[in-house]
Amino acid sequence: MNSAAYDPTAPAEDLPAHTLKILVAGGFGVGKTTLVGAVSEIRPLRTEEVLTDASVGVDDLGGVERKTTTTVAMDFGRLTFTGGVRLYLFGTPGQERFWFMWDQIAYGSVGAIVLVDTRRLPTSFASIDFFENRGIPFVVAANVFDGARRYTPEEIADALDLDPDVPVVLCDVRHYDSAKNVLIRLVEHALQSATA
Amino acid sequence: METPRERWVGADAGPIVRPYAVTRGRTRPRGLAVDLVTLLVATGRTPGERVWLSREQRRLLELCRRPSTPADLASDTDLPLRVVQILLEDLHHYGLVEELPQAGPSGPSSTGRPDPKILMRVLDELRRL
Repeated sequence: MNSAAYDPTAPAEDLPAHTLKILVAGGFGVGKTTLVGAVSEIRPLRTEEVLTDASVGVDDLGGVERKTTTTVAMDFGRLTFTGGVRLYLFGTPGQERFWFMWDQIAYGSVGAIVLVDTRRLPTSFASIDFFENRGIPFVVAANVFDGARRYTPEEIADALDLDPDVPVVLCDVRHYDSAKNVLIRLVEHALQSATA
Repeated sequence: METPRERWVGADAGPIVRPYAVTRGRTRPRGLAVDLVTLLVATGRTPGERVWLSREQRRLLELCRRPSTPADLASDTDLPLRVVQILLEDLHHYGLVEELPQAGPSGPSSTGRPDPKILMRVLDELRRL
């Protein structure tokens, strides 16, 4: 068979030379897909994982003989910058039984965006603990839904009992500029954490 | 050569091949576990005579003629990410793909956090977008 090698002298186009990843965390319907789609070219991505003991109790396996895997669909987006730097965004479900994916994505990442719905803040406690415990830089982005009461970033930080250095951004993830601003805040925060 | 479909799926079973069939029963990588965004490239070496590559592995090898990450490859092939990681680990084991070294501290001995210099560049570019 032909197994041509990668030729580094080939026309560069936008060949990736350095990759970075960002985790977009948040509960169902909070706007992960919209956020990833607003700033990047969104692509299909799924994974198939063996259920752990912890998740077996959650998934009803009755009647499904020997089913030991579960499929997870992820929101996956890419942004390519000059010099071959490529930023990958991964949005994954927020339930605890998908945290094995979070670990994979978060390792070596820039950090995480925790997308929250101010009408359902308690659902975000567990994910915030996840990133705090692992020392992964994160920002909290409150997606402003039509008809929801507006809270200030201070009120949200207070309700979530965040450390004072964790940025809270109000955003409308449907809009490019707003979604881009969330990314900027995360990279700024990651830089501060890295040089602190 | 038999295709994987002929080998693993009976006539009545429909077109779906379970992922663990593609990976010949394995659900985790054995050695090197490639990250979602590790850049891999084909080495151009010829597979050894005793190496049998599946259709999926040949496709991945073809795609790795350009630097590609497991995430890109899973998306391009519509295979589950974990399956792609396992198949790539085989290709790496056979010497057919290798990691493209990246600037900055990204090795296992480091903290795993990205290089601040790269973060600065990304920040500049994001602000300009």
